[in-house]
Amino acid sequence: MSRKVIEFDNVGKQYVLGTIGTGTLSQDLNRWWARIRGKEDPFLKIGEVNDRTKKGESNFVWALKDINFSVDEGDVVGIIGKNGAGKSTLLKILSRVTSPTVGTIKVKGRIASLLEVGTGFHPEMTGRENIYMNGTIMGMTKTEIDRKLDEIVDFAGVEKYLDTPVKRYSSGMMVRLGFAIAAHLEPEILVVDEVLAVGDAEFQKKAIGKMQDVSKGEGRTVLFVSHNMAAVRSLCKKGIVMKNGGIDSIGDITSAIERYLKNNDDAENVNIIDSVKCLKSTLHIESVEINETSKAHSIIRNGQDKLKVRITGTLDEALDYDLMLILKNEIGMPYATYAPGHYRGEIQHLEKGKFVIERIINLPMILAKGILKVDLYLHHPMVEYQMMAVDCCSLESEGFQSGYGRALEHQQNGFMGL
Amino acid sequence: MSDKNWDLIIQNKSSLFRLDLHEVWRYRDLLRMYVKRDIITFYKQTILGPMWFFIQPIMTTIMFMFVFGGIAGISTDGVPQAVFYLAGLVCWNYFADCLTKCSDTFNANQQIFGKVYFPRLIVPFSIVISNMVKMGIQLVLFLVVYAYYFIVLGTFEINWTIVLFPLLLLMLASLGLGFGLVISSLTTKYRDLRFLITFGVQLWMYATPVIYPLSVMKQNYPDKIWVIVANPLTAIIETFKYGFTGVGVFEWNYLLYSFVMSIAVLLLGIIVFNRVQKSFMDVI
Repeated sequence: MSRKVIEFDNVGKQYVLGTIGTGTLSQDLNRWWARIRGKEDPFLKIGEVNDRTKKGESNFVWALKDINFSVDEGDVVGIIGKNGAGKSTLLKILSRVTSPTVGTIKVKGRIASLLEVGTGFHPEMTGRENIYMNGTIMGMTKTEIDRKLDEIVDFAGVEKYLDTPVKRYSSGMMVRLGFAIAAHLEPEILVVDEVLAVGDAEFQKKAIGKMQDVSKGEGRTVLFVSHNMAAVRSLCKKGIVMKNGGIDSIGDITSAIERYLKNNDDAENVNIIDSVKCLKSTLHIESVEINETSKAHSIIRNGQDKLKVRITGTLDEALDYDLMLILKNEIGMPYATYAPGHYRGEIQHLEKGKFVIERIINLPMILAKGILKVDLYLHHPMVEYQMMAVDCCSLESEGFQSGYGRALEHQQNGFMGL
Repeated sequence: MSDKNWDLIIQNKSSLFRLDLHEVWRYRDLLRMYVKRDIITFYKQTILGPMWFFIQPIMTTIMFMFVFGGIAGISTDGVPQAVFYLAGLVCWNYFADCLTKCSDTFNANQQIFGKVYFPRLIVPFSIVISNMVKMGIQLVLFLVVYAYYFIVLGTFEINWTIVLFPLLLLMLASLGLGFGLVISSLTTKYRDLRFLITFGVQLWMYATPVIYPLSVMKQNYPDKIWVIVANPLTAIIETFKYGFTGVGVFEWNYLLYSFVMSIAVLLLGIIVFNRVQKSFMDVI
């Protein structure tokens, strides 16, 4: 049986909304008075679930509540969730930047977190000095750094600039130096919060490779928070989905990602029209329907081979346009594009006044089970965009084959059978 | 699994007196880096470099000689004015620098504190140490001026209390650090103190025998002297002056009082600071 290295026990974090002023002083006095009498903190009882979209009743909010989970040695865990779901707060508490309001976390081994670009770098100090500065901030000793200096410099690829103040570095060089230091930390537990966003492609590859080494080869535990599903999928084995400050589900990474993406859609009852942007002032869109619904989430049934798109609105002047629809996978990679104007030069004409655009798009013969995201555009190819709606809806395919044969497993065969 | 098997337990409540000083010791290399950083970056891209450490006390001393010694005519108990003011200034500056810089710890470092954990005490400790280097350089200046008058006039009565100097230095450090820690902890939530500190330090200097000798105060305001004696810095600066020049008030019980105060303030500072550091990110 593998050993537990992190254990969250009923952890919660409460925040006070609004600004700090005289109100805080009276709350502080209240708390202090309760403590003197040996009573519980009166403000811990109130507070609401963290849903930032709704206006709350009280000023207290639980950014995290009832967090219970444990991580085994060598696990690489991806933590995913919407903005504000509590992912970063969780990592902050774990890395002791702030403390939990209630609950206990037990940790075995040294924790180090990968920091944002150049955190703790002093611009006036040289690269070499900053390696020591940053390394010691993250808990290394001087002798450890002495031993690894060459490796770090090599990994970051900044040898030439080692004795130049880092204020002369490009931002890419700073990131590389920062990551190189962190990658050579050798903590038992590594905490990473969306830092791979910057840096060139070559370096990102290096960084992901290093993280994989860290977790696989050296058996270390990694907690990884990111919105980049591709990175999460390629790095992690386990996934934790967070929602409104609580844990929504824990499981293997594939099911966690699917769950998250599904959550994302039906959590708020979004309409397609919400993501529509008109880029032409004479164009006014009234309704958009994809797959015969104006909701941003719908299902492609087994056997359905057509996708209907319907747009209504008014025009202040005549318009030449083409309709373009892109189907993408859940991490934003395009699978297929419908754009007759683009491909066949079929530009349509609309007169001034009310209009209805209706298209019926053929779906492929075989479609895998899973989620397809949709981008919808009205444009004049090579001239202008008139309306755009990026990620305007997601289509959940039940997975089908028309006629006979086996349904696709999109993890293995891709999304569409051709 | 019992609690003993875990290396680290993170929770909200902890004992008031768990100071975690062993952790500071574990991060001693970081402390060294911080001190080095402070010193290196102080004079980077300046022409005069470390000379700036001299210029400031020299100018202030000349100003004091002109305003307090000349215009106001405040006695220096027969000690040459340059030596008298410089002695007071070197000590006072060290204390004041420690105090103002330490009191800004959380505010100035919220960027880094918000991202990574290390014992927060490292930062104020490094401030006290790097300022000690600066103080050392200024002390050299003092000794040069002192030696000049010693050779020219030869009237100073050096006495054994001069050996108390290292202790005095530590007391200054611990008072500056202690008060600084308390203020920095309180300012995270209530910024009012930041306004107080800027002119408070100035006022405090006038309540300390920097520009006047304690003996003059004793003569002129015998019934209000307790205000100045209650100031823990008084005995330190008077003892310093007494040790080098033989002029000044030296009393064991004053010094003992200052000593007890400096320990108490430092302890209080560390306790308050440790309590605040755990969650200051939420309120600052």
